[in-house]
Amino acid sequence: MKNKSNRIFRYRNYPQILAGAAAVGKTEGEGPLASSFDVLNPDDGVGCKSWEAAEAAFVTQAAEKAIEKSGVAPSGIDLSFSGDLLNQCTASTFGLRAFSIPHAGLFGACSTFALALGMAAMAVDGGYAAHVLAVSSSHFCSAEKQFRFPLEYGGQRAQTTQRTVTGAGACVIGQKKKQSGVFIAAGLVGKITDRGVKDAANMGAAMAPAAKETIAAFLDESETVPADYDMILTGDLGSVGSDLLKELLREEDGLDISAVHRDCGNLIFDPYTQDVHAGGSGCGCSAAVVSSRILRALQRKELKRVLFVGTGALMSPVSTLQGEAIPCIAHAVLLCSGTEEGEVLCGSKRS
Amino acid sequence: MDKAYDQKVKKASPDSPLLKNCCMAFLSGGGICLLGEVLFTLFSYYGLDEKTAAACVSVFLIVVTAALTGIGVFDKLAKHAGAGTLVPITGFANAMTAPAVEYVTEGRITGTAAKMFTIVGPVIVYGCAAASLYGAIWYFFCRG
Repeated sequence: MKNKSNRIFRYRNYPQILAGAAAVGKTEGEGPLASSFDVLNPDDGVGCKSWEAAEAAFVTQAAEKAIEKSGVAPSGIDLSFSGDLLNQCTASTFGLRAFSIPHAGLFGACSTFALALGMAAMAVDGGYAAHVLAVSSSHFCSAEKQFRFPLEYGGQRAQTTQRTVTGAGACVIGQKKKQSGVFIAAGLVGKITDRGVKDAANMGAAMAPAAKETIAAFLDESETVPADYDMILTGDLGSVGSDLLKELLREEDGLDISAVHRDCGNLIFDPYTQDVHAGGSGCGCSAAVVSSRILRALQRKELKRVLFVGTGALMSPVSTLQGEAIPCIAHAVLLCSGTEEGEVLCGSKRS
Repeated sequence: MDKAYDQKVKKASPDSPLLKNCCMAFLSGGGICLLGEVLFTLFSYYGLDEKTAAACVSVFLIVVTAALTGIGVFDKLAKHAGAGTLVPITGFANAMTAPAVEYVTEGRITGTAAKMFTIVGPVIVYGCAAASLYGAIWYFFCRG
């Protein structure tokens, strides 16, 4: 990695992901990653009076579980970063209100979890906090209600649509305690990218250029190639967006990531049996996948270096109705299964 | 708009299965119309005059749709039927009932009653406007 880098944040003290947890709904619990999740809810309503309250309940479940697994007392969490898709991010604030943890709300649409991890790592790395909670959520029913049609409305979806994941993911990030463990070695905040896609039923296509921008910038500034990573994991591009991302990187940057690219939206559902069209989406998608399956694989050293790139579409129902194109963003964090893995990329030359 | 990217997006995005959707719409929409005819014949047989029997058919279909929407079945049927359930009066009934059910959490007045027209409102507005225009044309030019 270059000494002087404009955009990459190098976390010199290697903030560590102490624990992660995911709470998901029924469809996610029937998907291929079911065994990885901590809490499987058989009912998406989880006994709440509204879908919004249910989403907040998922946040509470994931946060409680992550804190419990981290071994840190709830009073020992200094700061929390959270966000979701609902108006004014009520799911995560309502879900965390009983915790009495200093809180900073984030909005990055579906990229929020990557942003929260990056911000948490920054706070820990800078010595401002010893333990930080990063959490984000989404809910199929509350998202449909806010962005599309009421749940019982009878319509047909375009093949490019994705199913909003019902679930939440949370991680506790702390100061490095030992050499082994999962570390956040670097982060990169994305640029707002807009190639004029207006179709809110094709989010993958809207977000792919943002993911391309962030991945190309990260690889360029770190002087690395796709083969340096075990996985380049995008948030929720789905099948359409993933194809476009690979095409754009190949044509515009001469990068072939197909061997190492995975997408949380493609991993969380089975495209053949679960009728989800182009895959999963939502803040809860990458949050649940990264906090469970990916984190575990890193802990077991099955994966050593994962460049996690959360992708978000920054539109609102109002902007869509007003015919605006969809600006998108992608934030990256580099997750490593040991400090030595991070050293390879960000090590000796770090300023 | 990035034209080159737009081309890529079009190429990468799978189309909806048009033929299948059309066939399903034909069968389901035709089925609903057939049901309407059967009901009409039935109501007429039991002594209702033509106008009343026709109104009863509409009421029957609306009530059945509203009930199916309420118990969460209609959207599963409509997913396959597509335009077949959307175009007949069933589509209108569903589009009113669905938000009424969904927004009950925001209150009977500010939720159910206010949001009931979010989808069908434009149909009513432009339906009335078109009817007024047609009526005016008929009144001034075609009468008599």
